[in-house]
This record gives sequence, C-alpha cells and structure tokens, in this order.
Amino acid sequence: MVGYMKIGILALQGAFVEHAAMLDRLGVQHFEIRQRRDLETEFDGLILPGGESTVMKKLLYELDLLDPLIKKIQEGLPVFGTCAGLILLAKQVNGGQLCFASMNITARRNAYGRQLGSFYACEKFADTKAVPMTFIRAPYIESVGKNVEILATVDGKIAAAQQGRQLVTAFHPELSEDTTVHQYFLEMIG
Amino acid sequence: MEKSRYELNKELAQMLKGGVIMDVTTPEQAKIAEAAGACAVMALERIPADIRAAGGVSRMSDPKMIKGIQNAVSIPVMAKCRIGHFAEAQILQAIEIDYIDESEVLSPADDKYHIDKTKFDVPFVCGAKDLGEALRRINEGASMIRTKGEPGTGDVVQAVRHMRMMQSEIRRIGSLAEDELFDTAKQLQVPYELVLYVHEHKKLPVVNFAAGGVATPADAAMMMQLGAEGVFVGSGIFKSGNPEKRAAAIVKAVTNYNDAAMLAQLSEDLGEAMVGINEQEIELLMAERGK
Repeated sequence: MVGYMKIGILALQGAFVEHAAMLDRLGVQHFEIRQRRDLETEFDGLILPGGESTVMKKLLYELDLLDPLIKKIQEGLPVFGTCAGLILLAKQVNGGQLCFASMNITARRNAYGRQLGSFYACEKFADTKAVPMTFIRAPYIESVGKNVEILATVDGKIAAAQQGRQLVTAFHPELSEDTTVHQYFLEMIG
Repeated sequence: MEKSRYELNKELAQMLKGGVIMDVTTPEQAKIAEAAGACAVMALERIPADIRAAGGVSRMSDPKMIKGIQNAVSIPVMAKCRIGHFAEAQILQAIEIDYIDESEVLSPADDKYHIDKTKFDVPFVCGAKDLGEALRRINEGASMIRTKGEPGTGDVVQAVRHMRMMQSEIRRIGSLAEDELFDTAKQLQVPYELVLYVHEHKKLPVVNFAAGGVATPADAAMMMQLGAEGVFVGSGIFKSGNPEKRAAAIVKAVTNYNDAAMLAQLSEDLGEAMVGINEQEIELLMAERGK
C-alpha cells in the first residue's frame, strides 16, 4: 500500500524538507504544495510542517489554499500537523490565530516560552514505544474535546493527539531518526 | 553549552527556513512585519541604512526597546551584538532573546576574536562572505549562517557574490578526493570534521540565509534560486514607500521563488523602493569586518 501512496507536504515556510526526507526513508511518494495549482495533483494525505503558524496561515489565505484544503480535511483527507501544523488544525488557540480549526483541541502557542525553553524528551507514543521528541518554541494541547484520543503526554502536558484521520504532535518527529510517528500516520491512511 | 542545546538551536533555524526575517526598530514596525508574514524580526535601534548615514560607533540596542518588541509579537525576536562583544551577548541572553546576530553592521568590539558562542545557551547567527568564514563561525558555536552582503545599501551585488562564493566552494569540496580534505581544512583554518561534513552532505552543517542589500521580491527570489534557505531584509522594507505591501510581497516571493509569473505579479505597484547606494559609492564596507 505504502508504495502507491502520495503525500502532499505544505511547503509555504518552515521545516518541510525534513518531512520529505522522512517520507523518502519510508519509501513514500510526496510533493510540495506551494500554490493553488499544486492541488491539482491527487494525494492521499497532507502534512503540515513546523515553522511559524502566523506565516503559514497568512500564505494559505493569500495563495487561495485555505478553503480547498479545509474542504479536503472535512471530507476526510488524512492530515498530520507538527508544531505549527498543530496550531493550524486546532479549534481553539491561546496566543495565536485560528486557521483550519478542524480538530477539537485547545492549543497554547509558544507554551514553553522562548528558545531557551526548547527541549528534548523521550516518551511513549500511542501505546507503542518511547520515541525521541524535539520541542522547539513548542505549543502544547491544554485540553481535548469530543472524539479526540491523547497519544502522548510530556510532564503532564498533552504532546500528541488524534481525532479520526487528523494527527497532531507538539514536537518534531521529522527531526529525529525515529520513523514511528510517520509510520503511524501512514497506517492511519491505510 | 551542552551538545543538545546546540542541536536545539540549529533546529530553531530549520523552522525559520523558507521565511523572511525583517529588521524593525519599534513595536509598531514589528507588528507590521508579523502581519506581513515575517518568520522572525530583528530588533534594532537603527536600521543599517541609518547606521550608515549617521556614522560613529554603533552598539547593541537598548534592552528596553528590545523587550518592547518581544512583547509586541509572538514570532521569534533576534537582536544584534557587536563582533567580539561577549558582554552585550550576555545581556541579550539575560533578556531571553531567541537569536543573537553577532553582526558586522555594528562597530566591531574586537578586531581579532569573535565571541566564543559555545559558552552561551541562546543561539547565534553570524555573517560570512565565503565558506571559510562560515565554517570558522560554526566552529565558534554559530548555529545559523547568513551572507554578509553589504547592509544598508539596497544593493544586492555583495550578497550575490557571497552566496555564489559559498555555494561554489561547497561544490568544489564535494568533488574533492577524501585525502585532499586535510589540506582544505588547513587552508580554510577550520577543523577537518567540518570540511568532511561539507564534503559528505554538499551543504553547510547549519541553515544558511541571504542577507545584506535585499530590497525587492526579485532580489529575494534570486537569492533563493542561488541556494539561500531564507532571507533577511533590513533597510529594504521600512526605507521603502509602502512597507506593508513590500514586506508581504517579499514573503510570497520567498515561498514561490521559482514561479516567474507570480513574481511578476508580486513586483507590481510596490511603490518606491529604497533609494540605495552602489557599492562603489560607499566608504565603509561592513562586510570587511570580522573574518
């Protein structure tokens, strides 16, 4: 299955190349979404990378990508947001703007403060195994609503969650060597 | 600095990629920059063009002014210290700046030694004209590199020269035989391990932005096509006729730097660009500071 899958990676700003490298290692096809005409390609899953959510939101809006992508997510397109990507998907954001607002979570942006608050952790993910987690000026999930499953917590703060075919992590699995979280996403696509 | 802290600092730079970092002098400008899509702002009292015009000794900005900008925006805030001025850097770390730019735009405080950046927890970005300078700064602990360009001129020629020089040296090292790398390390005055990294990965071990003289969407797109991973814009925005529009256009140009039709659209009706000065017309070459 994985061999036939194609993943679109939002490539407006941020660490999208790192996600592409991860998908290369897993042997999955992918392409970059930088403007409206890139959506003419058929794809099976969407990755929203780390970066600045304010920049991505503005570019999504101005490049006419927001509405078509919201529609696809509502129709069940599997989506995986890391860090800024988590913010873009949250229905409520403290300290930031709403974007897709498709997932029943309340996120706190820059929840650990400035760069001096960035850190590494290693915690269990989705009842599988402990995975390395990189938090860069990261958010966390303050609370989850209906149909949301918590997949990881770090020091009592929610660091990963899933609602249907939407997956979010406050950390950056694309920055580590461990492919667990990306594999989990690919399995969600089926 | 622990190794893990250095890795985290390099990773913050990775998050800035594909973005535009804008010079701002007031909280109002910082908000304009954030709204226009800046991925970070550089807080400083005077933009390079005004530093150049004013002359005299140029120093780290007032921490109160920097804090005002930190409070005004939610994106990362950077600030500059003088080359070699580790006490200014300590002060910037104390106010929890997200990135320190040890910058040739300010008057150098030490004409021989750069700051030992490995002693700090906050990340540093440094300017470089060529691969040797870049790797020497990385060896001192810089976790991000930018071209020096020639700040405050609106003339992109030096940024182009520096980026081309770095990329061409990276290509050359990539093509060397392994036993030739030792001599290259000697010539560049950097540790063998850094040269080996460039040889194996065909890139710098840290993120590399373009800076110095970028004034238009076309300038930004050109730098991206030359291999920059993002762009600093200093005087180019707030010295122009319509800062909001120009800033937003440069942000979009960096995202779609290969799409000439979109770049054409973005370049329309931006109002007056900063006037600029040609490199032959200036007396002070900031890029010659700190090698």
